[in-house]
Amino acid sequence: MITNRRSEFKLDWLILPLLGAVFVLLLWQIASTMWSKDLPGPLRTWNASKPYLVKPFEKRGELDQGILRFAWYSLLLVAKGYAIALLIGTPIGFMLGLSKFFAKSFDPIVQILRPVSPLAWLPLGLVLFQKSQPAAVFTIAICAMWPTVLNTAVGVRSIPQDYLNVARVLKLSRSKTLFKVLIPATLPYMFTGFRLSLGIAWLVIVAAEMLTGSPGVGGFLWQEYNALIYEHIILCILTIGVIGFILDRLMSLVERRFKS
Amino acid sequence: MAFLELKAVSKGFGSNGSRSEVIEDINLEIERGEFVAIVGYSGAGKTTLISLIAGLIKPDAGTITLNGLEITDPGPDRGIVFQNYSLLPWLSVFENIYLAVDQVFCNWAPARKQQHTEKYIAMVNLTPARDKRPGELSGGMRQRVSVARALAMDPQILLLDEPLSALDAITRSTLQDEIGRIWEQDRKTVVLITNDVDEGIYLSDRIIPLSAGPGATLGPSIAIDMARPRDRRAVNHNPRFRQIRREIIDYLLGVGGKKRATVTRKLFLPDIEPEDLSVPRNTSSSRRRPIRRREIKKETVEINS
Repeated sequence: MITNRRSEFKLDWLILPLLGAVFVLLLWQIASTMWSKDLPGPLRTWNASKPYLVKPFEKRGELDQGILRFAWYSLLLVAKGYAIALLIGTPIGFMLGLSKFFAKSFDPIVQILRPVSPLAWLPLGLVLFQKSQPAAVFTIAICAMWPTVLNTAVGVRSIPQDYLNVARVLKLSRSKTLFKVLIPATLPYMFTGFRLSLGIAWLVIVAAEMLTGSPGVGGFLWQEYNALIYEHIILCILTIGVIGFILDRLMSLVERRFKS
Repeated sequence: MAFLELKAVSKGFGSNGSRSEVIEDINLEIERGEFVAIVGYSGAGKTTLISLIAGLIKPDAGTITLNGLEITDPGPDRGIVFQNYSLLPWLSVFENIYLAVDQVFCNWAPARKQQHTEKYIAMVNLTPARDKRPGELSGGMRQRVSVARALAMDPQILLLDEPLSALDAITRSTLQDEIGRIWEQDRKTVVLITNDVDEGIYLSDRIIPLSAGPGATLGPSIAIDMARPRDRRAVNHNPRFRQIRREIIDYLLGVGGKKRATVTRKLFLPDIEPEDLSVPRNTSSSRRRPIRRREIKKETVEINS
């Protein structure tokens, strides 16, 4: 009871996270002064990052742009790959869920391709498409597809028999059964898949950009590492985290709408 | 030839080894416009029986014909009301019913379909809840939507699979009255499956007990020769009502219920003797050994099924 009361004072939603942040900043400061001189402390990071944060959309040069401008490039690329992942992944999920024949034929392949790292797909993408951008999109699509595929398949398999009976008694046509019964009944599962897929797509973009050197948060990170400006690495990490967090929150809002 | 005819129908589940017949040798004839109630224990195979008539499952033996045509698959000519409502939760009351109307009367003009749907929503007194989703409705209201959906298809026969079992007693009797009232209007052929003897007698023209499973079969049918409309309060004191109820219950408790089966099964007991804890442990060095006896017990039990 005591712990309960203590964690429920006013504004705890604001103060407790701030306390946590201060604690981590302290650890960071200690680590940078005591342990590794190369690791820039919070203050140095802030000073070096200021021009990128204060004017987040400024373009001073090809390799020197505001952080949100870089993020925007990354997001565009993610959007393309993610859209392809959903467009391909959802129908595959439906077929895996609906047809035992299809599931038996392709489930092993899905299980084998699913754990492959983006770093392994990227070179193949470069071979296939010759250019770095399509290769990155290819990698995102193929890595982000699996949660959508699997969740959709599970969703289709767990549709209650009652709903299917309704379709059978009414003799709904195949397309009507799909759009009036199967898809609405699967939507909550599909959106869980979509959310997980988006998380993976955002993970993959950074790796893809680092390897291909295309402009974006990941590319910027790698370039600043080579230029020995370590403060910007931390700036990039934080940006990637914050954007990933926002994307996840947005998707879970959408997801909740469909679950109610 | 009767309107709905079941001839020597059997259905079982499971494969050869652990197969059990759910219903066996069911013979039933129902005339057009008749309201027939089938009462039986839960788990006796009532839902199996109605699923067979609906065409959702196929019989292992025997034939089922409706209007002279053999039933092979489900279709909208048999309106079915399931115990669990089976409404699509993402559609409103109107949309749930409209989906059925749209499917059955596909060549009507949209305005007519809409009007038809509204008519049946009004019939079950749900016009105020027209745009609500099933999740926002009480159990009784959901079941009304389900009834309206089945009726709106204008089926040749209405199959009610324990439609009121999941409802509380008061809602239940209100809905019984409502079903009786609606039935008076167009006198469709109805098969009502229920576990409530009073409900069956109150609503139907003929009541048939279903014996306990496995291998359930229909008992003697009893005609309910009481005038309609029936008054719920008066019916309880009607000597004929009481007599029918006694007959049905006697059958269910007697012939239909006392089906005993003898099963011999192997019991694999854990291969260990219980330890006597009252004997003190002498020293820490001597570990207790579990006492084993290698044997499998065989037991013959008589089970009430």
